[in-house]
Amino acid sequence: MKQCVYLIEENEQIAQNTYRIVFSGDTSAFTAPGQFLNLEVSGLYLRRPFSVCEWEKGHVSIVYKVVGAGTQKMSTFKRGREVDVLTGLGKGFDTENSGPRPLLIGGGAGVPPLMMLCKMLLAQKKQPTVAVGFGSAGEAFFQDAFRNLGVPVSIATMDGSLGAKGMVLDACRMDACTYFYACGPIAMLKAVCAASCSDGQVSLEERMGCGFGACMGCTVITQRGPKRVCTEGPVFDKGELVW
Amino acid sequence: MVNMAVILCGIAMPNPVIAASGTFGFGEDFARLYDINCLGSFSMKGTTLSAREGNPTPRIAECASGMLNAVGLQNPGIDKVISEELPKIGEFYHRPVMANVSGFSVDEYAEICRRLDGQAQVGWIELNISCPNVHGGGLAFGTSPHSAAQVTRAARRATVKPLIVKLSPNVTDIVEVARACEAEGADGLSLINTLLGMRLDLKTRRPVLRNITGGLSGPAVFPVALRMIYQVYQGVRVPLVGIGGISSAKDVLEMMLAGATAVQVGSANLVNPYACRDIIKALPDAMADYGIKNLNDLIGGAH
Ligand SMILES: Cc1cc2nc3c(=O)[nH]c(=O)nc-3n(C[C@H](O)[C@H](O)[C@H](O)COP(=O)(O)OP(=O)(O)OC[C@H]3O[C@@H](n4cnc5c(N)ncnc54)[C@H](O)[C@@H]3O)c2cc1C
Ligand SMILES: Cc1cc2nc3c(=O)[nH]c(=O)nc-3n(C[C@H](O)[C@H](O)[C@H](O)COP(=O)(O)O)c2cc1C
Ligand code: FES
Repeated sequence: MKQCVYLIEENEQIAQNTYRIVFSGDTSAFTAPGQFLNLEVSGLYLRRPFSVCEWEKGHVSIVYKVVGAGTQKMSTFKRGREVDVLTGLGKGFDTENSGPRPLLIGGGAGVPPLMMLCKMLLAQKKQPTVAVGFGSAGEAFFQDAFRNLGVPVSIATMDGSLGAKGMVLDACRMDACTYFYACGPIAMLKAVCAASCSDGQVSLEERMGCGFGACMGCTVITQRGPKRVCTEGPVFDKGELVW
Repeated sequence: MVNMAVILCGIAMPNPVIAASGTFGFGEDFARLYDINCLGSFSMKGTTLSAREGNPTPRIAECASGMLNAVGLQNPGIDKVISEELPKIGEFYHRPVMANVSGFSVDEYAEICRRLDGQAQVGWIELNISCPNVHGGGLAFGTSPHSAAQVTRAARRATVKPLIVKLSPNVTDIVEVARACEAEGADGLSLINTLLGMRLDLKTRRPVLRNITGGLSGPAVFPVALRMIYQVYQGVRVPLVGIGGISSAKDVLEMMLAGATAVQVGSANLVNPYACRDIIKALPDAMADYGIKNLNDLIGGAH
């Protein structure tokens, strides 16, 4: 973990209620896709956690959905603003175990960390497939960005306005992949684990006090006892979880 | 040169700033960030006789200038703390630590104290009789002078280490409870633990915390904590540790003026992992600003 001051390079709306911030600053604490940062939002007591969407030396991006006071305020942040962030938090996705054909499954605000993951898997000469689900066509993002990487993408929306109608599982097959990675709402993660025939990893969310292991606020019960989502997670192996 | 050193129940500390229990784990996560030997001390995560998984999540909620937690004393149990955590602490921290303990019966409190009694690195034992997040434990003992006295008496017999009783603000008359603990041999008192509170989610129309209620902490509680230190200082002779909402060097000075010999910094560590170090670094300048040469001259100065 490293505390940094980040400079906002851009903060643009990319879908309905959904924004992307690109920061510049020290990215040395990030080591794996699926890690997160914890952002101070002036006027609010607790920091807000966001998965890192992508990073390269000196630049890092997040994609966030406006759901409450903090994300509302973030949507008004202007280019050039400085923000205090705790970086390189948590244990991210492990790309070693993926086998040749991993499936990446994302729901809504769970889609962003899959972008970096996908690029890393491609760089390792693997053939990832992506399945994403959103509420409606207006909320969808990154489907073209994934396609531009040459990756097959299937989409589902709850109202059927884009792709298959229903949940992301209605749009993809889980029997062809060698491994899966999933990030999204808890109901989706449960359904994905139940439907899967391979091993995989899921990224969990929990309300956080600190984001770096100090408060025990974010505990999940696993096969190996209580674990902190912010430190031992947010990414857990399918087999570790007790649903 | 200013003097920041204080003595708490016979143990010398380089400065009065102690990291509060439950916000500093067992020190390890912070020791990776900075040399925590700069601290006055730190109070370990509240420990019980057996391991506890804590409450279901969500355990954390937010409010203006503060937060609520309902962690519910998640901890590995006293034996693991002694066999695993204390040896680890010895590698990165070289001063006495404060052991924060909690129980579900008077005997449990006494048993934990007995097991800690021989632990060289444990300086003080802090009896948590004020945790609002476990049912039938903690807080139940801290809400009446009678049960607070019982726990203190049993713990007193079980250890020769300095005994600090951590008081709950969720009482009608905190001075009465403080006096009861002092009469049974408490060497010091620390206050306050969190204030019982709750938040509702307007979308779901349900409590944000799965536990329904939680403990309020952070800058929002500072005036309450300060008032209670001020009142308790007038009612007892033992040294006091001021806790609640401290997030700056000035807050430390104010708390000491009200009567605290030392202070604990809790929630501030969660939003700024360097909070304790930053406060300690800022103390000399803050003292100079108010013409304070020796912190000991400040203790109880407002009375
Ligand atoms: C590891 C992790 C990664 C995340 N990554 C992303 C991401 O990439 N994109 C994205 O849009 N969102 C992400 N979230 C969720 C995001 O943190 C919340 O949506 C955000 O904190 C809401 O803040 P708010 O002030 O707008 O909402 P409010 O409802 O006003 O928040 C009140 C409190 O609840 C907490 N909270 C609310 N919803 C959540 C939630 N779902 N998870 C955790 N805490 C919550 C807030 O942090 C705050 O303390 C992530 C959460 C975690 C734990
Ligand atoms: C997440 C969290 C966990 C806590 N756990 C404990 C605990 O185990 N034992 C205890 O005596 N107090 C515990 N407390 C209370 C703090 O030690 C402190 O008394 C309180 O938070 C007020 O100080 P603050 O406003 O500086 O946080 C906890 C507080 C928080 C926020
Ligand atoms: S959020 Fe504090 S331990 Fe995970």
